[in-house]
Amino acid sequence: MDNKNQKASRNISSIPLKAIYRWLGDRIFLVVAFFLGLSIILLALGMALVLYQEGSLSFKEFGFFGFMRGSTWDPGVTLTFGALPFIFGTVVTSVFALAIAFFPALAIAIFLAEYAPRWIGGVIENLVNLIAAIPSVVVGIWGIFVFAPWMREKVYMPLWSWSSENAPALEPILGNPIGYGMTTATIILALMIIPFITALAKDAMRQVPKEQREAAYGLGATRWEVIRMAVIPYARGGIMAGAILALGRAIGETMAVAMLIGNKNTFPFSIFGPAATMPSVIINEFREAVGNLHLSSLMAIGFILFIISLAVNLLAAYITRKISITGGKIL
Amino acid sequence: MIQGTKSINRRRINDRIMFGLLVLSTVVVMTPLLIIIGYVVINGFNALSIDFFTQELGSPARAMQGRPTGLMHTMLGTIVVDFMALIIAVPIGIGAGIMLSEYPDHKLNPVLRIMNDTLNGMPAILKGMLAFVLVVKPMGTFSGLAGGVALAFVMIPIVARTTESALMAIPWAIREAGLAIGLPRWRVVLSTVMPAAKTGLVTGVLIAFARAAGEAAPLVFTSFGNNYMPRNWTGMIWGPVDTLPQRLYSLAISPYKEWHTMGWAAGIVLLTFVIILFVAARLLTRKKNS
Repeated sequence: MDNKNQKASRNISSIPLKAIYRWLGDRIFLVVAFFLGLSIILLALGMALVLYQEGSLSFKEFGFFGFMRGSTWDPGVTLTFGALPFIFGTVVTSVFALAIAFFPALAIAIFLAEYAPRWIGGVIENLVNLIAAIPSVVVGIWGIFVFAPWMREKVYMPLWSWSSENAPALEPILGNPIGYGMTTATIILALMIIPFITALAKDAMRQVPKEQREAAYGLGATRWEVIRMAVIPYARGGIMAGAILALGRAIGETMAVAMLIGNKNTFPFSIFGPAATMPSVIINEFREAVGNLHLSSLMAIGFILFIISLAVNLLAAYITRKISITGGKIL
Repeated sequence: MIQGTKSINRRRINDRIMFGLLVLSTVVVMTPLLIIIGYVVINGFNALSIDFFTQELGSPARAMQGRPTGLMHTMLGTIVVDFMALIIAVPIGIGAGIMLSEYPDHKLNPVLRIMNDTLNGMPAILKGMLAFVLVVKPMGTFSGLAGGVALAFVMIPIVARTTESALMAIPWAIREAGLAIGLPRWRVVLSTVMPAAKTGLVTGVLIAFARAAGEAAPLVFTSFGNNYMPRNWTGMIWGPVDTLPQRLYSLAISPYKEWHTMGWAAGIVLLTFVIILFVAARLLTRKKNS
């Protein structure tokens, strides 16, 4: 009985129902997908807007460039805020981290793409990916309890006592060898960004056509010469994009750096001594920020961090698109 | 002639030296990795106990007097917050991925792709600040929900990207076949393309989840942390809640030796959790490829 009724009703209204099913269904589907996509756009734009909005109190007080140039960070007494120490700390740690990480990472990529037999390659590739998978707090706890004390005993203290005997002028440059400082943070950062460079460089090198290598071998080149003259130039877009994306990672890396850099908010920074970066000062002070101006200044630092990360990401995207012959892809 | 042989010898030696350097730097990078993992595993296992899984943390005095403490509330909180992040991020990410792959000519897509990559490249701490302004401020309290939203911001762009590439990997012929037998477009996507891309979709979500699960930076000022178990489970959504990465950070920078030990235990639990997710993602990919 019920079945018959259903059949009948479907017969009568089959055309409009089908049209609704097709037309309306497609419309709704597109609209839903559209709005879900749009929400991502709004999130990205909203992030910039919200950070600027929340930081505007500070920008108004000190001026946008005044805030970036200011080197005093005093939430206690004078309520003066300037981001320069943190911008400096971020730029120095991440650039040096990239400088340390670049060649070893490239070497691993070359080894994986050109030399390694399959099973060793597979093992090393998985291990490198494992570095990327370790949460940065876990790296941080190892840094706090093992790496930093070890560096203090084996590296900083000997160097420092050497300099205090032989070259006292160096002491302020080297800084206080407490173990938690710029050098420690930079080394850990370097370790953490290696997998990003390796992954992109390796992909770019694997995309180099076989003929390119064979032509170089045909001219009598040794294996290294093939790599240096035929493979690396061909893959340079991917290699550079990987390096710049890794720089972006280093700029934004928060936990491991905050745990190891020693968190000193004022100049002068020294080589071994404590310092701070933009993410580290945010993570350290955000929870305790009481005053509006203090909170707003942290938001303003977030906005500057946003701008710097944006610039680095756009640069990487530009390089992948323009310089790369192979059109190396980003993970 | 003599010069020629000299040069070929030098080139051969160069070749050898470079190979040696390559192997050397690979070993140099692998060593600290193995050391880190070794320390976390050894110290972590030594610090693990039954109490760790069945007790709540309480005040520092509790640990110093040797009364039983643990991180049960932290692990439950992590599950709740991560799960909320998953619920928020998966529909948005997959929807945006569908937009990118199934409507390739849509005017929104160039902008969407750039914005998605931008969001993906942003430091996680900024996502935490965004969640702070959007959720914590209006609610007036730190909450598990805010933490879930912050982690969702981490996951969304990754899910969108992996969804796009998983769906793009399905040949257009399958879509055309669906359209040819009279299916409307949305049924083609939902009933033929997405099932075919199932493994890729799940892998993408797993990778995003693994990435988010290890993040501490967005949680410190959204879910905030809590030394105690909330009185009932809704307290984990509407009130401050503990999560493993954030608790690990708090334990590590605390001045108490007992808490440092507990930090290592939290470290091994977190590391195991994240690595299991990554291995699962990897195994799925391998199954798909073979």
